[in-house]
Amino acid sequence: MSDELLSYSHRHYGMDHERYEWSMLQDRAPVAWPEDKPLALWINIAVQHFPLSGEKPEVAPPGALTMPYPDLRHYTLRDYGNRVGIYRLLKVMAECEAQPSLAISGALAQRYPKLLERLARTPYEWLGHGWNMLAMHAGKVDLEVESNWISQTRAALEGFTDQTLAGWLSPGRIQTENTPELLVSNGFTYQSDWVNDELPYAFKTRAGNMTCLPSCLELDDVFVLTQNLHSEDSFVQQVVDAADFLIKEGGEHGGRLLSLNFHPWLVGQPHRIRTVREILDALLVERAGAIWHAPPSHIIAAAAVQ
Amino acid sequence: MTSATQHAELALYDYNPYEHRPKIEWPNGARLAFWLAPNIEFYELNPPVNPYRKPWPQPYPAIPGYSIRDYGNRVGHQRQMAVLDKYGVRGSISLSAALCEHHPEIIALCAERDWEFFSHGIYNTRYTYGLTEQQEREMIEDAMATIERAVGLRPAGYLAPALSHSNHTIDLFAEAGGLYTCDLFHDDQPTWVKTRSGKPFVSIPYSLELNDTIAYVVQKMEPRRYGEIIRRAFDQLYAEGAESGTVMCIPTHNYQVSCPHRLRAFEEALEYITGHSDVWVTTGREIAEYTLTYLEDQVGADGAVAG
Repeated sequence: MSDELLSYSHRHYGMDHERYEWSMLQDRAPVAWPEDKPLALWINIAVQHFPLSGEKPEVAPPGALTMPYPDLRHYTLRDYGNRVGIYRLLKVMAECEAQPSLAISGALAQRYPKLLERLARTPYEWLGHGWNMLAMHAGKVDLEVESNWISQTRAALEGFTDQTLAGWLSPGRIQTENTPELLVSNGFTYQSDWVNDELPYAFKTRAGNMTCLPSCLELDDVFVLTQNLHSEDSFVQQVVDAADFLIKEGGEHGGRLLSLNFHPWLVGQPHRIRTVREILDALLVERAGAIWHAPPSHIIAAAAVQ
Repeated sequence: MTSATQHAELALYDYNPYEHRPKIEWPNGARLAFWLAPNIEFYELNPPVNPYRKPWPQPYPAIPGYSIRDYGNRVGHQRQMAVLDKYGVRGSISLSAALCEHHPEIIALCAERDWEFFSHGIYNTRYTYGLTEQQEREMIEDAMATIERAVGLRPAGYLAPALSHSNHTIDLFAEAGGLYTCDLFHDDQPTWVKTRSGKPFVSIPYSLELNDTIAYVVQKMEPRRYGEIIRRAFDQLYAEGAESGTVMCIPTHNYQVSCPHRLRAFEEALEYITGHSDVWVTTGREIAEYTLTYLEDQVGADGAVAG
């Protein structure tokens, strides 16, 4: 066997790549959130378009179509999210006075303009979420193709909102080796694909720095409910256990961040929407004194001040 | 590697039924030796390709798997350490040796606490598969020497990187001066292991069943249920330990058990275990050294060299 298996070109202090500096959360200067609350809460809703296609990308995102063309069962289940589930979620969010961000597939601007017009009437921050759930930023994607996915997504979404998009969440939280540079050159200032931290941190690209605001995969509804097959009640309990742990740690060591990601096609189902309300009540009502709930760009700004 | 060696049955230990064994007595009359093994690992983003096993399910850069493991080192490590401190448990670290170079801050925190460091290879993205015997010997020695340079003590134990083995792995580790292996899952008590050099060498029960990654990723357990199975395992081994001493190990990973939604269940399990009398809360090395010093007859030493 070749000696390459025993050669170690990056075996040195710090990371084995150039994207960010090595640093332990607990060793950093404490972050103070507004009102000295120990925990910041970021809630995101992923508004996704899964095209009806026989194409099977090398890396499939959670929720991808799986059956031979035409996979009507999964296609329509995902479409349910954009017709029904999102409206249930918007109602619950409004009733609980939540401020979720919306990560949106760019293709929905062409496909469902009425949905985008409705989303534009909310006060919620928008993030680019890729062109659609087949446009996977993974492996060897042609540079120009990938750049177009990003620029088209910005242009399509900004056709409906007055916001200038700052944030990006890739489908499946994966990137190519070029994605960070392409995001910066297309004007994005933060991305949330790397789940390696619990506070925003500086992320280096050859096109300039950006921020990584880590999203939590482990408490993502799809991960808990459809990949781990945990019950809805366990999902609530896990979020509450996480919040209580982070509130305590945040009180002792400086501000912490809890991030949640909801999918309208999953928790927008009638038997699951109650779960969202239970989570929001547990966080925004029962723990209101300890939680600063804010849009992602406000969280980044508050962390960066210090 | 010939087809003959790929099919050979290993003769690492004698068959020894669990009933009617000679009694094992732990120090101070303890019924159960309890140890906790945090795996502190470094996974490379872009390792050389080993033809026998892919490091990541996605093409480079495989951000999902890489970034959650990095989370373990950046965020999770100090959380698990705080829980272990609270319950007076010293970790026995299954250590990717290169982490001594990448993240010496973590090594220092563990060394301050007199934790044990045992070898888990160089990186968890470098497998034993496909290495010649000489290459594997070099890899094992490199890991031993790297850890010894960092902490001043040569490791006593080995868990092969990513649980990747050859037919020589245990022989080579014994010849490099090791005392115990964590790679065998055949028993709840220490076992004498026969190696070609005949050096005194034992298997100390580690556990895949209580390993947090197996529980959370393979069995997809809810966090509270993981806490429950730990308590059930303890109750059984503690009861049996009244007859003859048993060993219980919880192997952990900072990217699993240290997530905020899982720490409470883990802490409750540790509180339960350490709340019992007659539990020897110890390390892998201490169990191995005690076994080799006092328990040769009880664990099946017959002086035989593997043949």
